[in-house]
Amino acid sequence: MSDSILADTAQRLFAERFTPELLRAADSGQWPAAAWAAVEEMGLPLALVPEEAGGFGVDTLDALALVRSAGSFAAPVPLAETMLAAWLLAGAGMAIPAGPLGIAPTQSAKGDLALTRDGASWRLTGTAHRVPWGRVATAVALLVEQESGSVVCLLEPGDWTVEEGRNIAGEPRDTLRIDAVLDAARVAPAAPGVTPADLFAMGATLRSLAMAGAIERVLELTVQYAGERVQFGRPLGKFQAVQQNLAILASQAAAAGAAADGAAEALAERSGGPLRVLPIAAAKLRCGEAAGLTASIAHQMHGAIGFTHEHVLHHLTRRLWSWRDEFGNESVWALRIGREVAEAGADGLWPLVTAA
Amino acid sequence: MPRIAFPPPPSSAATEALRAEVRDFLKTELADRPPRLRAESWNGFDAAFSRRMGARGWIAMTWPKQYGGHERSALERYVVLEETLAAGAPVAAHWIADRQSGPLLLKNGTEEQRRTILPRIAAGECTFCIGMSEPDSGSDLAAVRTRAVPVPEAEGGGWRVNGTKLWTTYAHKAQYMILFCRTDGGTEDRQGGTSQLLVDLTTPGITIRPILDLSGAHHFNEVVFEDVVLPADALIGNRGEGWTQVMSELAYERSGPERFLSSMALLIELVRALGPSPSGHAAIAVGRLTAHLIVLRRLSRSVAGMLDKGENPTLQASLVKDLGALFEQEIPEIARQLVEAEPDLESTREFSAVLAHTVMNAPAFSLRGGTREILRGIIARGLGLR
Repeated sequence: MSDSILADTAQRLFAERFTPELLRAADSGQWPAAAWAAVEEMGLPLALVPEEAGGFGVDTLDALALVRSAGSFAAPVPLAETMLAAWLLAGAGMAIPAGPLGIAPTQSAKGDLALTRDGASWRLTGTAHRVPWGRVATAVALLVEQESGSVVCLLEPGDWTVEEGRNIAGEPRDTLRIDAVLDAARVAPAAPGVTPADLFAMGATLRSLAMAGAIERVLELTVQYAGERVQFGRPLGKFQAVQQNLAILASQAAAAGAAADGAAEALAERSGGPLRVLPIAAAKLRCGEAAGLTASIAHQMHGAIGFTHEHVLHHLTRRLWSWRDEFGNESVWALRIGREVAEAGADGLWPLVTAA
Repeated sequence: MPRIAFPPPPSSAATEALRAEVRDFLKTELADRPPRLRAESWNGFDAAFSRRMGARGWIAMTWPKQYGGHERSALERYVVLEETLAAGAPVAAHWIADRQSGPLLLKNGTEEQRRTILPRIAAGECTFCIGMSEPDSGSDLAAVRTRAVPVPEAEGGGWRVNGTKLWTTYAHKAQYMILFCRTDGGTEDRQGGTSQLLVDLTTPGITIRPILDLSGAHHFNEVVFEDVVLPADALIGNRGEGWTQVMSELAYERSGPERFLSSMALLIELVRALGPSPSGHAAIAVGRLTAHLIVLRRLSRSVAGMLDKGENPTLQASLVKDLGALFEQEIPEIARQLVEAEPDLESTREFSAVLAHTVMNAPAFSLRGGTREILRGIIARGLGLR
């Protein structure tokens, strides 16, 4: 499938399926099973999986662009999470179950999860926090650090009990209490070099892309509204004060977009070696900052109508407020960069930036 | 809504050898240049340094060889620019000529102008200044009043110029000015009737007076033209097309690394002052600034890529400049909170001196080359709002 055809087809599907009505229903706790089935039928959840492992040979950048597109529609389905879980399982040589898949968005699984030998099998106990759509997941892929290296565990319903939770956008973020005996087929070493920290960075990349997409959409809605809404006899967009604010919004959208592109490139160029984390850290931070500014300006420009439950804007802004704190907020990633800069020293700062 | 696209910047792999070469050169060249001088960024003036840059082939990099250029890519040029700026090299003697005046002459100048002047710029021996702003014409460039009137052939021909230019950076060190003035019509004609002229600053009738900035430094000047007679071939491009010619320079002027690296010396000294084990609070602040720097550089390189392809990314350039100035102005505000030091130009402590310099120069970052408000107006127009 050629790249732009994939992007266009996916976008059409998202536009058709993720309507305001569906978003409202999802917000009140309904699982949009039919919409998910359509997404799955297109093969999108397998977009990050290499062809030889059952994927359909999508270029990594094009696969990641799907997450950005889904973000722009506030798609209330775990596409990014399923893509990531499928990638993780494929890397470990495991079969990829159908259906929405879960991952644990924690930086390190240490302490939370214990994997021990149990005869020929394994026993996994512990807690996975804030698993996106854990309640509907047909399987959950967890990365557990062992002395021998990182190990992928494939859990199935019955291996956990769910305590339902949600983020402020109404997206399920469930706590899974796990006590499971896993046969050898459900435990395998992760692809070389893949650690929980890596998976966390990949999650940060996916959230950055989703934020970039949502921010672009918010800009679009806001510019459109400013062109339509008339006060004092002219459209809002004709007022200089409004124009200046919309220019700031456009700048934030551009910065978020460029930052997310940089993270996607870092992810796409990886081939066995360590992940180039700096562009990813910069992206999560920059998109997170842009998310806050964007939501603030968009609501200011939309006035009271944008603050209503009826209006579509909050489906995007509430996601932005949620996603910026998932897979590490701005400070988490700033600290990571700051430590790296301190290590490089004053004269190493610029070389660090040009290599990022 | 029109989309403001920033395509992925071109790969820098092919330019890494050049980058290493420039870094080596600067390491030796700037070994004794203290941070307080590096803080001057592209206002640092050193004619000898510019000549050595010229000798290396790092000025006029993209121009044709027949005019002293080196026919290298815009991306190679970008590497040289960002490396010299990040290191705080004194580039002012060739900066304006290399960035703006030379390319203008190359595009619109006469063959004579190209043949005589461009090789001297390339050698780092020719300094230019830009005569745009006037006492009553700042952001509103079309309000320009300086006038060039054709002198009748019987009286020797050429142009007679009267008027005053203001904020003319390094006019007191430059050999030439690119003068933006009115040749036809009046201020009511706005953009119409404007032209660009090449001015040899030794021409009689030109008075250059210093204007000190708020830190007491002398970069700006007032340049007064009193019945200054210029030769007929001083006209650059076409009479009456000055506005169009000036506007096509703007994408070059607004998106380069100079639009986000002005406070780089302070960021570097901040990292030095904090040492290898900064507090979590300080590490977060520095990490955040570094992230912004990484993203700004990507945006700027994206614009460079568009320029290299012959596109006209004026809108994107305005956006980069606006974000870049915010970043440059944020650095002193953050740095001063992380290190216990007062800003002091005369301090024996480099951090204090660099902080003082940056704090006092920061207001200019969102004024020069298009004010923040003008840039945001351009962006709003790009969004279809005006």
